[in-house]
Amino acid sequence: MSKHVVATVAEIPPGQRKLVTVRGRSIAVFNLGGEFFGLFNRCPHQGGPMCEGILTGLIESDEPGHYQYSRKGEILRCPWHGWEFDVRTGQSYCEPERIQVRSYPVEVAAGQRVVEGPYVAETVPVTVEEQYVVVDV
Amino acid sequence: MSSALLERGSAQQTRLGLIDCDVHHALRSPKDLYPYLSARWREHLATYGSRRPTPFTGASPFFKSVPALSRKDAWPPNGGSPGSDLAFMQAQLLDRYGIQAGMLHLLSITGMDQRNQEFAPALCRAINQWQYAEWTQKDQRLKAAIVVPGEDAAAAVAEIEHWAGNSDFAQVSLVTHSIEPLGRRRYWPIYEAAMAHNLPIGLHSSGNNGHAVSATGWPSYYTEEHHEVSMSQQSVVTSMVCEGVLARLPKLKVVIVEAGLAWVPSLCWRLDRQWARMKDEVPHLTRPPSSYIREQVWFTTQPTDEPERPQDILTILEWIGWDRILFATDYPHWDFDDPETAFKAQMTELQRRMVFRDNARSVYGLA
Amino acid sequence: MSFPAVGAIDCDVHPAVPGMRALLPYLEEHWREQVAVRGIDGLDPASYPISIPANGRPDWRPASGKPGSDLELLREHVLAPFHTRYAILNCLYGAQSAFNVHFAGALCRAINDWIAAEWLDKEPRLRASIVVPVQDAELAAAEIDRCAADKRFVQVLLPAAGESPLGKRQHWPIYVAAERHGLPICVHAGSTFRHATTANGWPSYYLEDYVAGSHAFQAQLLSLISEGVFSKFPNLTVVLAEAGFTWLPQFMWRAVKTWRAMRAEIPWVDRAPAEIIRDHVRFTLQPSDAPPEAHQMEQTIEQIGSDRFLLFSTDYPHWHFEGDAALPDGLSASLVRKLLVDNPLETYPRLKETLQ
Repeated sequence: MSKHVVATVAEIPPGQRKLVTVRGRSIAVFNLGGEFFGLFNRCPHQGGPMCEGILTGLIESDEPGHYQYSRKGEILRCPWHGWEFDVRTGQSYCEPERIQVRSYPVEVAAGQRVVEGPYVAETVPVTVEEQYVVVDV
Repeated sequence: MSSALLERGSAQQTRLGLIDCDVHHALRSPKDLYPYLSARWREHLATYGSRRPTPFTGASPFFKSVPALSRKDAWPPNGGSPGSDLAFMQAQLLDRYGIQAGMLHLLSITGMDQRNQEFAPALCRAINQWQYAEWTQKDQRLKAAIVVPGEDAAAAVAEIEHWAGNSDFAQVSLVTHSIEPLGRRRYWPIYEAAMAHNLPIGLHSSGNNGHAVSATGWPSYYTEEHHEVSMSQQSVVTSMVCEGVLARLPKLKVVIVEAGLAWVPSLCWRLDRQWARMKDEVPHLTRPPSSYIREQVWFTTQPTDEPERPQDILTILEWIGWDRILFATDYPHWDFDDPETAFKAQMTELQRRMVFRDNARSVYGLA
Repeated sequence: MSFPAVGAIDCDVHPAVPGMRALLPYLEEHWREQVAVRGIDGLDPASYPISIPANGRPDWRPASGKPGSDLELLREHVLAPFHTRYAILNCLYGAQSAFNVHFAGALCRAINDWIAAEWLDKEPRLRASIVVPVQDAELAAAEIDRCAADKRFVQVLLPAAGESPLGKRQHWPIYVAAERHGLPICVHAGSTFRHATTANGWPSYYLEDYVAGSHAFQAQLLSLISEGVFSKFPNLTVVLAEAGFTWLPQFMWRAVKTWRAMRAEIPWVDRAPAEIIRDHVRFTLQPSDAPPEAHQMEQTIEQIGSDRFLLFSTDYPHWHFEGDAALPDGLSASLVRKLLVDNPLETYPRLKETLQ
């Protein structure tokens, strides 16, 4: 694993993202309200370019016809089959325990997440060091 | 799926020269048809326009999942709706996957369910001329379907006769939500003409006929409607068998497009069991319904069925018959199947060749 | 080889109403008069014309009268040969297709009272579904409340193809009442003909209508799930009767596939449709639409991934099998044990109550 500067902080304003290739791997780095998160740019479903998908909020419901809306801009919809992924954790909103895209946590150090299941990608940590966004691949 | 597996799949598919049995080209706007319409019908299209039994001029009452029902990355960078830009389609689909032939199905305007009975044939002629000039002549990998005004059998036959023998057209297309089930007598002349010219009937889920989208009435959600088009296609198959179309026209080929296919075995079992106790109603069927399906009906793979145990897809394909199966991407729709990753179980080399190329060659008479 | 003598519970038997005359004693006076003055009769459902051979097995047809109309013959044809502990009566007389909801309600009341008096009172092994006017959910709920007091009514009967899909909110009063009384909902094959029997219009043949019936059930499952009926009514069980079941695996796969894409449209559906079906939905055995080879049935059952979903039924007097060969090939011995007794007992809590 080695660290790679992929952008300056200013290049990825809040709500935006940048697609980068590091060591042959396509990763997208998202800025959610000043915090940076990385996702592997391949949907665990059929390998679609996840990070070209739109960002939405999270719609939940405790009862038919009632809607709870939260987390605006933090849910990534794969542009192919529309699977929803939590940008912060890579967690899918359908059977979250089973389907997950590898996510890249903000903390360095002990930030390794291992996810079991049929769709597994590698984790890469993302950190901000001064004005740079750094991934650890 | 590991990147190594992905790369291997990609190389295999490119070498194969696969055939995609469901590609959606699109109009940039109805104006694209103007060069092919008379003044009378240009004027009509611009004013009264496309009128079908559906409540909105510009949308479905079942709000769709995404704009143009398409992959977000399929919007051409130079503008226009997904599927309307040939160059972009060539790059993103045909070249990318090494596709040697793509079977076109037009959905952005339909001729058969136009309520104006004079407009329908004029529109279909214009559509077919546009397909020929703007698509199949510009990229010979693409094959069009002859769009026919199927609710008027005589006019539909005339349209078939006009294009028959033109190798740019590989099949005849009708909407599946027709006024009567497609096996009914009023449509028979169309099938006779298609068979006479060795053209399969390509049936892609489409159309509005004023009937509820299910026998139980109108559901609320696209979630339901999207799944129910598959059931509607099952009724199409049932109709083509039980009304006797396949029995009467033993050389007629029917391709069922965009319905998935894991339902085929259980539909065949149900048809056969029920026919066994009701065969006196349908004496024109001299053998079990599934035997007609096994000989004369083919099914495209998309949207690919995703069993909980991935290996079960191989069991299902085996039950259907490996020779019945036609790979399709459904590009540029959102539920597109990537040929490299859509199947989560490993086929044999022979099975792969059949599904991804050779069955289609045989059905469509491609070199 | 005779049918296993384990006290099977037959979850779909059809008593035939001889004619409106039989229901007159159970109608209120003004309805009795209306029936006579207006000549109202002939409400046998077009989904099951008696004259069609498939709707009455030859050895189950009486010398005179409709198949399924005679209790003594029911004992001889079904209760004895299958060593039946309980049989659940689903009366398919046409009340649920009538347009006048008040009359439909009155007819349903009469049918249920007729069932109690002419069948349940006379044969302790019989149980029944409450026939309700699905056309008006409030009236249907009232009928459920009225009949639920009689513990021999174990379920609520709805037709597979009505005016609007069963998950829709206008039907919810039915589920409120059913859940309150611990009664499963039975969706039974048959159409009220409010809509064509397919999305492509009206087929020519009865055979096609019958085959299309499985799609009606699938659409109903989609509706019940998508509208959130199982979220709103977590204790509700739905029994699909005379639906076939070999279509179930591919249906579940497709439903889950769609849900994964469309979850945000129906966010109250918080788990995979396949899970919901395994927990809440049951299927009667006949017709089995069995595949030609036993191993295909075995594989299909494995793909369904449950041994709790099947409920024994003969579908008497409809003709699906000869003699007592009601069990298709390919069912494991343990599944057979479960479907004959355990699954019905689990599905119909009232059967267990009565045992004590």
